[in-house]
Amino acid sequence: MKIYVLVKEVPDTYGDRKLDPETGLTDRATGDVVLDEITERALEVALCYADENPDTDVVALSMSPGSATASVRRALAIGAASAVHIVDEDLRGADLGLTAETLAAAIRRGEPDLVIAGNLSTDGSGGMIPAMLAEHLGYVQATALSAVEIGANSVTGTRSADAGTQEVAAPLPAVISITEALPDARFPNLKNTMAAKKKPLEVLSLADLGVSADPAAAPRTILTAVSEKPPRAAGIKITNDGDAAGQLVEFLMQNKLV
Amino acid sequence: MGYPENPILVVIDVDPAGGVASSTGALIGAASTIGAPVALIVGGNLGATDAAAIAGAQVVLTAPGDPAALTVPITDALQAAYRQVKPDAVLISNSIAGRDVAGRLAVREKLAVSVDAIGVTRDQEGIVAHHSVYGGSFLTNSAPTHGTPVITVRQGAVGARADAATATVEELQVPASGAVAAVAGEITAVEQASSRPELRGASKVVSGGRGLGSKEQFVLVEQLADALGAAIGGSRAAVDAGYIPYAHQVGQTGVSVSPQLYVAVGISGAIQHRAGMQTAKTIVAINKDGEAPIFDIADFGIEGDLFAVVPQIIEALEARKK
Repeated sequence: MKIYVLVKEVPDTYGDRKLDPETGLTDRATGDVVLDEITERALEVALCYADENPDTDVVALSMSPGSATASVRRALAIGAASAVHIVDEDLRGADLGLTAETLAAAIRRGEPDLVIAGNLSTDGSGGMIPAMLAEHLGYVQATALSAVEIGANSVTGTRSADAGTQEVAAPLPAVISITEALPDARFPNLKNTMAAKKKPLEVLSLADLGVSADPAAAPRTILTAVSEKPPRAAGIKITNDGDAAGQLVEFLMQNKLV
Repeated sequence: MGYPENPILVVIDVDPAGGVASSTGALIGAASTIGAPVALIVGGNLGATDAAAIAGAQVVLTAPGDPAALTVPITDALQAAYRQVKPDAVLISNSIAGRDVAGRLAVREKLAVSVDAIGVTRDQEGIVAHHSVYGGSFLTNSAPTHGTPVITVRQGAVGARADAATATVEELQVPASGAVAAVAGEITAVEQASSRPELRGASKVVSGGRGLGSKEQFVLVEQLADALGAAIGGSRAAVDAGYIPYAHQVGQTGVSVSPQLYVAVGISGAIQHRAGMQTAKTIVAINKDGEAPIFDIADFGIEGDLFAVVPQIIEALEARKK
């Protein structure tokens, strides 16, 4: 079984996240960057299967700037056997369409049986790449799984859909996305971190993948404006000395909220 | 048949019973601000068609659904509708099912896609989607370089509503794409329907955090919500502790809300929680830790024991009603 796991480097949500006021793109210089937690969970799903099935090949796939090598290495340290890192200056500011096309081209080269992604990244929160990949690749799609069982020929799971939960089953090859209901990834120990330095990390460009970022090739979504909202200011703060409830209800009435 | 000028194709969310979901009014309302709403209902019942017309759809296209096949039947129907209507834009709910369908249509028809719009407008160059990014810290606009945009619209974000229309109803002929779909079982509702408002799109929300201490004591949040007529939410800590199901999680992961009133009870206000609620019009915070970061963004903060304050608030609200 060959499993590709999509991993993404994102700005750390514990810090301030900024958009560049000129380009509208994520300002990667502002705060810390981390491997998105949800993609670590996706990796854990693959590694749990690999623990039980030693002939499993887990490959981490990332499309990110060249500066993201450390995050890709972290996926190797957690346990992926190898990694593919797509780096190309023409991918700066790539929209969902170009991102999906690029990732699909890289996945096609590897011909995995299963692709696992997180359901929503913490930065773009697009949540659309898995379905787009399924369409590009002709794979079966099963998104938003809060429980996953990988079998030799199919993947089954519980889908946390909009109206409730449902059991789903997809024959392989398939693309799935998982929710944060699934367990956190194992922590990379020193031994694995050292070993990760020797694991294969392939760096690919758009030319390697035969993908064109030419804006004339297909319609792209572009940012046409960006503005920062002024931060909220603190309002009234009182310490409860017995009458806080009354004061709050008074405040709500004045603001026509009750 | 002919379609109105400037058609905007809207994919209606259909609930498991075949009725239209609560997102319908806002989706058609958004479409009506940029063109003529043409609704697509896949797997809906008779009432669904009427509901879409009442919400303002000028044309309703219907296609049979297949609840046992995930995403593909709706995508096939949407593709057929898209080719037939040739809309100026396609609007879809930014729900799990909606994003899947939007992504697949965009790939099939090579269209630019904009995700999680909080509004749409039209200018000389075409249709623009408006977004609130990084928990509302930034506002951005997006538009396609050319062609029809596929836009998913955040639930509860659009206030515009269209006038009821007398809709032309047309049964759509859908050629099957042959794409293999996952087999989907019956949908089990996460919780029983309650009389409380739905969290997404609610005008008032009361959320509880770790400070509630136990699932039993979380009832206090429910009582305050009922006294205010509010929906119920929880911080990730409250969800992780099992006080409240995941569907109620407010924050970076979970649901983003922008209500008129947000009451945070026993929530410290970690940055991930704030990312899901800081666009609320008015924020009230009750916390025993006066240094809690939630107070930095609260319009009205009470430093005190929630187990003392909240029952008093409920009492005062009840007294006011009498």
